[in-house]
Amino acid sequence: MTESLWDLLLRSLLPIVGGALTGTIPLALLSFALGLVIALGVALMRLSRIWIVSGIARVYISIIRGTPLLVQLFVIFYGLPSIGVLVDPWPSAIIAFSLNVGGYAAEVIRAAILSVPKGQWEAGYTIGMSRGQTLVRVILPQAARVSVPPLSNTFISLVKDTSLASLILVTELFRQAQQIAAFSQEFMALYIEAAVVYWVICLVLSSAQSVLEKRLDRYVAH
Amino acid sequence: MSPTDPLAPEPADAIIAAPLLTARGIRKSFGDVEVLKSIDLTVPRGNVVALIGPSGSGKTTVLRSLNGLEVPEAGTVEFSGGDVVDYSRNPTKRQLASLRDRSAMVFQQFNLFPHRTVLENVIEGPVQVQKRPKAEAIADARALLERVGLGAKADAYPFELSGGQQQRVGIVRALALKPQLLLFDEPTSALDPELVGDVLDVIRELATEGWTMVLVTHELTFASHVADTIVFMDGGVVVESGPPSEVLQNPREARTKQFLHRLLDR
Repeated sequence: MTESLWDLLLRSLLPIVGGALTGTIPLALLSFALGLVIALGVALMRLSRIWIVSGIARVYISIIRGTPLLVQLFVIFYGLPSIGVLVDPWPSAIIAFSLNVGGYAAEVIRAAILSVPKGQWEAGYTIGMSRGQTLVRVILPQAARVSVPPLSNTFISLVKDTSLASLILVTELFRQAQQIAAFSQEFMALYIEAAVVYWVICLVLSSAQSVLEKRLDRYVAH
Repeated sequence: MSPTDPLAPEPADAIIAAPLLTARGIRKSFGDVEVLKSIDLTVPRGNVVALIGPSGSGKTTVLRSLNGLEVPEAGTVEFSGGDVVDYSRNPTKRQLASLRDRSAMVFQQFNLFPHRTVLENVIEGPVQVQKRPKAEAIADARALLERVGLGAKADAYPFELSGGQQQRVGIVRALALKPQLLLFDEPTSALDPELVGDVLDVIRELATEGWTMVLVTHELTFASHVADTIVFMDGGVVVESGPPSEVLQNPREARTKQFLHRLLDR
């Protein structure tokens, strides 16, 4: 009995890790990349002096943060078809996750931009740079350093949240585990196995975070 | 001085110092407080103008109005041969940029880019803004750093330097732009006393080379040595201005005398 349980866990490791490699990880990476682009845009809108622009960004952030990710996912995948818009599982997941990251990371990026001293903007202007040039070459590199820890949090949360995509039929880590569990009736074992794989992925990400932090800290006094 | 010398200022051809920069009627309020009440300032080419006065007198605000870091409610700033930038008519980005193209600023807090090395700090403007060839900008930057005694620090990050060294990099970053006008905003106020001398030496050298400068400073002795004109400000107005021998040695106005006495009494 125990023998066969170990066997089952070992045999299911391949599809579960496969689900991570072909589902969870690309889903998280792609959504995070798109999410960061959205977040930067929203953060800049939020910092705009034109109230309608910052207002739109405010509302967006409020909706994203004020509604469950699962509901956002269901609105896109199950809701949109009823008004004639059919989106496949993968694109639905990517859209929902990147919009979600966009909302959360926007506040992180905004705070990071505001944390850079005003004198840095002025130094940029006085050497002749435009606002955009100063933002890209002076402010964002410094904001990046500040935002790595909170953005790493966002990314790690995202990796785990991608398990929700199993509910809109995306074949990823958790859906693989679910299917094997349903088939074998070994729920406890399979779900713990899935949890362990998530944990390992997040451990790797955490160490990647500290490497990145060290790298970005090289120009700061210790 | 050879024409390729990166420290070479604009040719000081005029014996009669023609104004390089003219500011008129600069007014600025922060909320209800009127910090500048119609300031006029003329900076002749090749001259050093020092703005002195008690804190809160508005001298830094005047300086920052000359390059649009501060946008006053009214007043004009004009470089000879350039547009008149009229602050009462919402100057365009291009007009503010034109002020910044001709000037460069040295800040009290240095404001070096912490994520770039000393050399990268210096070439940022010439390469990214002025689009000069990188090799040429680097050669110029190294020569300038050498001249202020920081040749060996080109690859250091700002945090690895002392305040005095950082400020000399700040000066070099400004010089590398080859501006017509150098603006100094209390360049030694954030420095430990023993580091002030090195920075003042560099500024003094620039003055002798004929750079046009506007300098906000508390270093009165230094100002009396390098400045052609001292402008004494108090309460948002220019109380008196003239050569150091007049304003500092024989002030006419009671407020100037009071200010100088207070400093001497300490």
